[in-house]
Amino acid sequence: MNKSLFIGISISTVFVVLAAVSFLWTPYDIETLDIANKLKGFSIAHLLGTDHFGRDILSMIMMGARTSIAVALLAVGIGMAIGVPLGLVAAAKSGSLFDELIMRGNDLVFAFPSLVIAILITAVFGASAINAIVAIGIFNVPVFARLTRAAALPLWERDFILAARVCGKSPTRISIEHILPNITNLMIVQGTIQFSLGILAEAALSYIGLGAQPPTASWGRMLADAQTLVSIAPHTALVPGIAIVLMVLGLNLMGDGLRDWLDPKVRVART
Amino acid sequence: MKMTLFAASVCALVAGMASAQTDITVGLQLEPPNLDPTGGASQAIDSVLYSNVFEGLTRFQGDGSVVPGLAESWDISEDGTVYTFHLHDGVVFHDGTSMDAEDVKFSLDRARAEDSTNAQKGLFAGITDVTVVDPLTVKVTLDGPNGSFLFNMAWGDAVIVAPESIETIASNPVGTGAFVFTDWVQGDRLELTRNDSYWGTKAALEKATFRFISDPTAAFAAVMAEDVDVFSGFPAPENLPQFEADPRFQVLVGNTEGETILSTNNKMPPFDNVLVREAVAHAIDRQSVIDGAMYGLGTPIGTHFAPHNPDYVDLLANSQYDPEKSKALLAQAGLADGFTTTLKLPPPSYARRGGEIIASQLRAVGIDAQITNLEWAQWIEEVFKAKDFGLSIVSHTEPMDIGVYANPDYYFQYDNPEFQALMEELNTTTEPAARSALFAKAQTILSEDYVNGYLFELAIATIAKAGVQGLWANQPTAAIDLTAVSWAE
Repeated sequence: MNKSLFIGISISTVFVVLAAVSFLWTPYDIETLDIANKLKGFSIAHLLGTDHFGRDILSMIMMGARTSIAVALLAVGIGMAIGVPLGLVAAAKSGSLFDELIMRGNDLVFAFPSLVIAILITAVFGASAINAIVAIGIFNVPVFARLTRAAALPLWERDFILAARVCGKSPTRISIEHILPNITNLMIVQGTIQFSLGILAEAALSYIGLGAQPPTASWGRMLADAQTLVSIAPHTALVPGIAIVLMVLGLNLMGDGLRDWLDPKVRVART
Repeated sequence: MKMTLFAASVCALVAGMASAQTDITVGLQLEPPNLDPTGGASQAIDSVLYSNVFEGLTRFQGDGSVVPGLAESWDISEDGTVYTFHLHDGVVFHDGTSMDAEDVKFSLDRARAEDSTNAQKGLFAGITDVTVVDPLTVKVTLDGPNGSFLFNMAWGDAVIVAPESIETIASNPVGTGAFVFTDWVQGDRLELTRNDSYWGTKAALEKATFRFISDPTAAFAAVMAEDVDVFSGFPAPENLPQFEADPRFQVLVGNTEGETILSTNNKMPPFDNVLVREAVAHAIDRQSVIDGAMYGLGTPIGTHFAPHNPDYVDLLANSQYDPEKSKALLAQAGLADGFTTTLKLPPPSYARRGGEIIASQLRAVGIDAQITNLEWAQWIEEVFKAKDFGLSIVSHTEPMDIGVYANPDYYFQYDNPEFQALMEELNTTTEPAARSALFAKAQTILSEDYVNGYLFELAIATIAKAGVQGLWANQPTAAIDLTAVSWAE
């Protein structure tokens, strides 16, 4: 295991654990406001201080991690579930009209600035976590479709695929049994990167009020709420800001590390 | 000759340096959608134009009192139904046409016409006839005595406009005020210059620029960087202590006529049940709403009436914070397990932050109020027009607007014949003590019917550079009156 993979996994694990623990326990209940104790700094009672409603920021970060991870994970899930099969089909029928249709459709979606369309979707269908997931998920589809096709195409030229065809396997079976296992590594690496982009997109949507609605905690909204408080209670903006930076950094390091670790060429060179 | 010229220019230069600044830049959050105070409902129109560009027969002063405006005096007939206004002599509109009785008749007839788009047609409802007696005298006949007629004529919706310039009023307002409209760059700023042929006391400022800054963070930065000299209605109360501690600035905190309420859809079950509305009222801790949303700015209210009004009755005791009582009331209404409703919030921070606090307080008694944040245009459509809401939070900033409760079609849909009859009676009563008694009764009915959740009277914070003097601290009507504003030497 290389250094960036180790650091990336460590950071990401911390947040995943925080999010998991929040299902069972948080230091304070974030749905109960304690106005008398608002904007308190770091202390033993409130390790990361309190926000403008007197809520415990550590508890908010834990609950916010849950929202971020859930939204990003589902969005990547949507992208993979639709994008990978599309890419596989396009590769299997490479050069056909079907291939053209799928790939030009992808280009169309790619041509839109993704965050702007995500804003449009949530503005039209209403701001909610579900709509944020769908909006972010749609833009993951072409990423996975294109990557899958690009990775699958050279595989179709290989001898073992030829052997499988000679045995009479249908393109669908070949795609599932031989192509897919050989591109899984790539998908995992890309999935990690898309996951970190999903976290950022969720934070951005919440920041402009189009993500999860209160009282659901969200890092982006914590930042937005802290905007006018920066000069009097900087920790209210710093804590969620640093959380977003760390989480995204961790995932990117993990993605990089995974690529090196999973890439057979690099692995062979190492041994 | 050269010498004299030089001396003169030196003198001018010295004089220029010694005399105070004569222009001002005023920041405000909302931009007017158009510039016709007699045709648009937006408060922002009055904020910029009231008293500065347009004047009415009477006018509000900063303390809320009503004083003569374009009418220098008036006679009221014995029975209180005929008002004869004597207009100021020599008043001209900014386009040079004279302001006389014909213009008054035109303005009032236009506002009360069938097809009038005036946002406050109720102000003119009692007028049956407007007659020009001579160029400086106009006679207004009412269908009955109206104790608040002179007050009504001071509203921004009742300003005097001219038939010559009415076509273009929405983009090029022509009034009689101490400032002339010069330019409006939409989305950025609006400029006024001094009216040197003004009929009254001329303004001290030569030029005034209004800048529209909607984002609270940008507003903070603009004041701190001294890009604006004044910010009226500063949107982030949490920043006020910083300005107070800074010798460059002064902070004026004043009253407004804004009753901030938890608007309740009285026709939507379960809010059609008074027990449920009472339960909501007891579930709310006003002080934490004021502290949490407004950083302590605001006075708790127990009914729809401004606490600084002499006729205000303290009815807070009817809706004390008592979650246990609230739960008991819900149980009595057959909703022991609580219920789910919507809470639709417009953009101001009193609504957005107050909404989160109230949702949390309602949750504590079992009411799940689901928050939806709306922009103003959406709020007007969904809540105000379509009445598609359970709860909302909004500040009713019109002065003395308890009368809206007599309109069963108003967005919170309160329909009580007893209250409607009371308002009828109030409109025909002119005797002050009797009016006070009726106002007290009206306030009590609203409080005991728990029509809406009464939260607090909105306060307004104006931040100005230390040298600015003559600004209104209070907002008896939406206005940033610059006619008496000047810079200290």
